[in-house]
Amino acid sequence: MSGRVRLWLLLGAAVAVVVLAVTLASGRGSDGGTLDDRVQDVASGLRCPVCQNLSVADSPSALAREMRSEIASRLDAGDTPEEVRGFFVERYGEWVLLAPTREGLNLLPWLVPVAGLLLGVGVWAMLVRRRWPPETEAPTSAERRRIEAELDALEEPG
Amino acid sequence: MRLDAPERPETREADAPRRSRWRTVVLVSVPLAAFALLLATSLGRDPRALPSELVGEPAPVFALPNLEGGGTVDMADLRGRVVVVNFWASWCQECRDEHPALDAAWDRYRERGVVVVGVLFEDTVEDGLAFADELATDWPLVDDPGSRTAIAYGVFGVPETFVISPDGIVTAKRVGPVDYTWLTTEIEDALRTPEAA
Amino acid sequence: MPALVGTVSLALALALALYGGIAPIVGVKTGRPRVIESARTAAFSLFALVVVANLAMLAALLSDDFTLRYVATNSSTSTPTFFKVLALWSADEGSLLLWNLVLGGYLAAVAFRFRRRRPEAFPWAFAVLFGVSAFYLLLVLGPTTPFETLATPPPDGRGPLPLLQNHPLMAAHPPFLYLGFIGFTVPFAFGIAALATGRVSDAWIRITRRWTIAAWIFLTIGLVLGALWSYGVLGWGGYWAWDPVENVALLPWLTGTAFLHSVMVQERRGMLKVWNLSLIVGTFALTVLGTFLTRGSILSSVHTFAQSLVGPLYLAFLTVVLLGGFGLIAWRREALRVETSFDTPLSRESVFLGNNVLLLVLTLTVLVGTIYPLLAEAVSGGKVSVGAPFFNRNAAPVALLLLFLMGIGPLLPWRAASLSAVLRRLQGPAWAAAIAAAVLALGGSGTAAVVVFGLAAFVATATLSEMARGVRAQRRALGGSWSSATRGAIARNHRLYGGLVVHLGLIVAVVGVSWVSLSDRSSELAIGRGERVSVEGYELRLDGISSRVEPHRRVIVADVTVFDAGGGEEVVRLHPSLNLYPGSSEPIGTPSIRVGTPLNGLSDLYLSLVSVDAQGAAFRFFVNPGVGLLWLGGAVMALGGVVAAWPTRSRPARALTPVEVEDRREEVSV
Repeated sequence: MSGRVRLWLLLGAAVAVVVLAVTLASGRGSDGGTLDDRVQDVASGLRCPVCQNLSVADSPSALAREMRSEIASRLDAGDTPEEVRGFFVERYGEWVLLAPTREGLNLLPWLVPVAGLLLGVGVWAMLVRRRWPPETEAPTSAERRRIEAELDALEEPG
Repeated sequence: MRLDAPERPETREADAPRRSRWRTVVLVSVPLAAFALLLATSLGRDPRALPSELVGEPAPVFALPNLEGGGTVDMADLRGRVVVVNFWASWCQECRDEHPALDAAWDRYRERGVVVVGVLFEDTVEDGLAFADELATDWPLVDDPGSRTAIAYGVFGVPETFVISPDGIVTAKRVGPVDYTWLTTEIEDALRTPEAA
Repeated sequence: MPALVGTVSLALALALALYGGIAPIVGVKTGRPRVIESARTAAFSLFALVVVANLAMLAALLSDDFTLRYVATNSSTSTPTFFKVLALWSADEGSLLLWNLVLGGYLAAVAFRFRRRRPEAFPWAFAVLFGVSAFYLLLVLGPTTPFETLATPPPDGRGPLPLLQNHPLMAAHPPFLYLGFIGFTVPFAFGIAALATGRVSDAWIRITRRWTIAAWIFLTIGLVLGALWSYGVLGWGGYWAWDPVENVALLPWLTGTAFLHSVMVQERRGMLKVWNLSLIVGTFALTVLGTFLTRGSILSSVHTFAQSLVGPLYLAFLTVVLLGGFGLIAWRREALRVETSFDTPLSRESVFLGNNVLLLVLTLTVLVGTIYPLLAEAVSGGKVSVGAPFFNRNAAPVALLLLFLMGIGPLLPWRAASLSAVLRRLQGPAWAAAIAAAVLALGGSGTAAVVVFGLAAFVATATLSEMARGVRAQRRALGGSWSSATRGAIARNHRLYGGLVVHLGLIVAVVGVSWVSLSDRSSELAIGRGERVSVEGYELRLDGISSRVEPHRRVIVADVTVFDAGGGEEVVRLHPSLNLYPGSSEPIGTPSIRVGTPLNGLSDLYLSLVSVDAQGAAFRFFVNPGVGLLWLGGAVMALGGVVAAWPTRSRPARALTPVEVEDRREEVSV
């Protein structure tokens, strides 16, 4: 395999591993876990109505505490996380979801970062894809000696 | 011997013909102007105003304990009447401000069967009673333990007021203090709805 | 009296700003250097006048002068003196006064710095700086004036917002942020000057390099202080909420960091001219966007000040900056063309370009997330939220890629590298990563922890090995002790070693952030008086609840003793409190924190008081590992910036540092 292909494979593999690992890690399934964990999961995706930008899980306010207990009792009664979220959306509107749904126009903020990354990597590859390996031959021994001599001259204390 | 690129002199390099320059400028300016326009749409809007979700929907039912004297106020009993549900708290200045408007509406419409129910929000019963005594509130006042009803109504804070028609549908919602005009308009509207069979 | 003094001095300052916006250009065009000199005098006078205005407001605050509406709404007789001083910048109008002070200071600093030798583009840059000053002076004189008087002064003021008088950190957070934001005006002005005069070589970058690094240092400190305030004061246990105003403060930091890297490519290879000019215009535009979103009350946030009518003014200024700046770049496009190109993906320039791409993707992500609610409302009228789940999900992969680049960048030389040389240098870091990953995986950590900490080990090792390599080469070339070799190596190349220190600081901060994000040890609990409750590996005993009355608030304090669950010894006593301010609906909690040090496992014990009743109290208890690393990392980053900006003594005739010579040898002999 030529050096160039090896290099691109290396880079591509490194990037793929990192991205894959992170996507796997962040897409934790919320199937199991204790009730507390499941409440935390749902609550961290809901926006506290009386705070500035905090999630229901993080907010120290009294209303958030009560919402957490509401979430807990609903999950305990058998509601799915989607149903619990839907309950709050019915009353507070889509605003209460901390991440926009992926439908309609709301798909836009989810797509832009990914598109941006792909575009950016493409631009980078285009700008950087030049002659490789450099079309120079190894220096001859005479040239080598001359280069060494000049480097030595540079090293002399000025 | 320098192995880096030599210092580049400050030269004035030739510019492209005017027309293609202007074209580039316009090309660049269009998306920027669009961005500025988008930001402009947000001017003058209140970031805290949120649309009313429950208007037109059935009002969540509740049966809540009276602040004093025992007993409960049950929405089921109030079916067939116009109900004004007002969320309030003793620490809320705007609740004080809107009290006269609620009082006046209550006086005017109670004979016609309209009932105002005040639901205490995030407050202690003693403080609530003190506030009510101070302002001589004489419509039913209830406590909301655990804020279940507030959550069911999608309350963000106080004061918030909901007008419910005789067939149990939320016809109007107001975030913030109400005034007499708004109250009377909405109550009249609700009184006109034909009762569900 | 203060109102008159303040208004008059600001009006005079505005007049000087308008003069300064025109005079230097007139001086250049008509060939009269005296006129340019007069502009320098105007700069010093402008600064002095703004100082006077600030002092006037300060005097009014300290003397409880309630004829000024600003004093009446933001201070009171019962406010402690320290917080009266802080009230100067704790609300919109006053903080704009501070903004003008910092801007005036930079203007005067530029006038001073270029008192003798100055570049040809100086008059234009100076005019731009005056122009920006004029805008902000106009705002503080007109719509957002703090010197508005009341016909009937109230007997006492309302006092500052409770959150803003809870903690002395309020003192430092805004000034550092402003020093950072406004600092970017200087390179922006010189970039515009280069475009305006058509002299678009690298001079403007070289001249403003230290100013840009200084602005970056201040902004970094300001952001870290904001996180510290959020953690230590707001009481929710976190330090970054992806609040819209937090986001807009982050945006110029991202583009500013990209700029600091890509200018090095322009200096070395002459490339990326359009890119760099666009980046600096973009960075400055983002600071203006920040003021627009914060003060135009467009978005709902912890920081937005009260409703104000100045939105259109800020938007107009932003539009002028965007269209003017990018328009000029488009206009001079031909003059900015270059013939050189990147040699190979395996060079430092290519990695820097990659760094830029990723930072801009992050910028785009945060910007879209912050602005999208506006778009959604404009299109459909409905309100949506974009919060932490969105940002964390989208930013994390890009951030990790960026870290990876941060590791390998310094390992690659400029222009080109042979693959085998690179692989040789990567060996150490790769082994470190593999060992860290293995240890964590075997210890039962999840995928995310293994990836992040493995990557952190990789970057830390790579960075440290680069530093060591330079020091070793210095010692081999010139002898001497290790410490003198270190000092010598750093002195030969401040920028490189400063940058490496910044990278180390960032890695430390990332480790801290990841550590606390990946562990989730928090609980809500109620404790009765005298009761002992077990939670998160500790036992908490509520010893007592007391309350005290202070002039501006009532404080309820819970005394809690924390015991180690296993051994039962006392670990620490914590005293979280609830502060009730008159006229505020909910009490503000002040958390009590046992700071994590290496001696106690680096875990913060964080206790906040939620509510109190007859039986006892309710708390939230967090065990937060690694948070201290975030503060430490921030400090190291700032230190690295200082090293990078440190002036160098003139270089001896040799052009290469010893490590660079060794690198060349290695390339040749391969």
